Amino acid sequence: MTITEPAKGLLDIEAIRADFPILSRKVRGGRRLVYLDSGATSQKPRQVLDAEREFYETHNAAVHRGAHQLAEEATDAYEGARAKIADFIGVGDPSEVVYTKNATEAINLVAYAMSNAATAGPEAERFRIGPGDEVLVTEMEHHANLVPWQQLCQRTGATLRWIGLTDEGRLDLSDLDELLTERTKIVALSHQSNVLGTVPPVAEITRRAHEVGALVLIDAAQSVPHQPVDVRDLGVDFLVFSGHKMLGPSGIGVLWGRRGLLEAMPPFLTGGSMIEVVRMEGSTFLPPPQRFEAGVPMTAQTVGLAAAVDYLSGVGMGCVAAHEHALTSYALEQLSVLPGVRIVGPADSSARGGAVSFVVDGVHPHDVGQILDELGIAVRVGHHCAWPLHRRYGIVATTRATFYLYNGLADVDELVGGVRHAQRFFGTV
Amino acid sequence: MLLESMYQEIILDHYRNPHHKGLRERYDAEAHHVNPVCGDEVTVRVALDRSNGEVTVAEVSYDSLGCSISQASASVMADLVIGKPLDDALAIEKEFLALMQSRGRLEPNEDVLEDAAAFAGVSKYPARIKCALLAWMAWKDATIQATGARYDPSEEPAS
Repeated sequence: MTITEPAKGLLDIEAIRADFPILSRKVRGGRRLVYLDSGATSQKPRQVLDAEREFYETHNAAVHRGAHQLAEEATDAYEGARAKIADFIGVGDPSEVVYTKNATEAINLVAYAMSNAATAGPEAERFRIGPGDEVLVTEMEHHANLVPWQQLCQRTGATLRWIGLTDEGRLDLSDLDELLTERTKIVALSHQSNVLGTVPPVAEITRRAHEVGALVLIDAAQSVPHQPVDVRDLGVDFLVFSGHKMLGPSGIGVLWGRRGLLEAMPPFLTGGSMIEVVRMEGSTFLPPPQRFEAGVPMTAQTVGLAAAVDYLSGVGMGCVAAHEHALTSYALEQLSVLPGVRIVGPADSSARGGAVSFVVDGVHPHDVGQILDELGIAVRVGHHCAWPLHRRYGIVATTRATFYLYNGLADVDELVGGVRHAQRFFGTV
Repeated sequence: MLLESMYQEIILDHYRNPHHKGLRERYDAEAHHVNPVCGDEVTVRVALDRSNGEVTVAEVSYDSLGCSISQASASVMADLVIGKPLDDALAIEKEFLALMQSRGRLEPNEDVLEDAAAFAGVSKYPARIKCALLAWMAWKDATIQATGARYDPSEEPAS
């Protein structure tokens, strides 16, 4: 499907872009669309759209019920997608993959299972949490991996603690021994910051967390779409991500958890599909993953996500990562030499993903974004759902460019030119 | 170009040289509003004068952090309401709100809105309407509190 140029690590983006119909549309009065907001949501290739359409046109039915052929085919498609997605992240047992609405819901599932553990059976002992217990997060978390833990602590009387950040945009691990103790029940951290791009030493933190008996959940919403991820290498206990950020449809996300843990966890959402026996007095529940998939689930979305996995595997996640690394290095190099522009996050491209956030002296990010939009360049402006991170660096908001396999060096050039245009427009240079 | 219709010279002037900015000690009520989308914030203080049997907006001061549109809008708002009978000031607010919700379809009434008429272009950009309204909503909130009534946030437009 694609040809790599090993010298630069860049993909043949013309071949890739041809698969994404939206990238050829014009915006704002005939401008080429320069889409640099894949960190918020990615665009979808025709192969994903076709897979969803094909499912609805030929196999659509409610899964795991019904005695007819369509129900059988729909269930096969749903479970086949699960196996494919499991394999994509190095999971041998597909029953460890739970479908959720998105990464946010996956995190809430674990957080609610922990507070529900208070009234569950003895098998849920490991998840019980209360006064004296602690939850450890980091200051760079997306609100999705912060607010559910704040709420868990509020419901249970546990204490929330967090790992701070250095001025360079890395995790400050100098006081990790004080933060991570036998009181810590779970450590929840991002595999890649959606603002700074920072990739923390997950394996090291996980090793130390396990030494004190804490569970580890990683928010892989920004890593699974952009680099090879194998849960066996990470050693973590839970990993979550969203389909829509990795070329898949919206409304589908994944919670991966170790089988022994999922089996011991009480449910979060309850209702149909997840029950074993229901009586008026009470009910028992199915084993995972069904225990966590109440109601008629999203199905075409799972098929679409499996098609996205096929697409990414066809390109090769190593090639995707190398391509984005080359774009990120180029963007950091080009933006950092602009007078009045400051990168928020690591300035070098090592242990760093493709989120490039910056401030422009004298021009508010909303205004930068507006000028870029007029030029057809789509970026994200604001706090990117990471308000405490911005507060840490004494800023209200940033402008953020994020890259994916369909972006090229020309897109970076357009961004840099657009930022200069914004500076001229507001008279700051 | 559409961009110039949004960033009118009047708006950029108010942004660079905001009027009445800086919180003052004399006030009856204050309100702090944020735009959760971008983190922009404004604090508005209002003092009312009830001396001649008519309620007048005696003083408005504010402190704010935000984009050019939200900063300029706070400056224009303070200019427009200070010294006006409260009913007139609230009528201007209503007129401005209608303009911002018009998606560019209303011709601004320049006699009423004066400099605020320059924000007509902003109303074409749904993502920026909240920026233009932030200070106005905070002013309305503080003003209603100053009259002793309760501010109902559900009256704010969803944007």
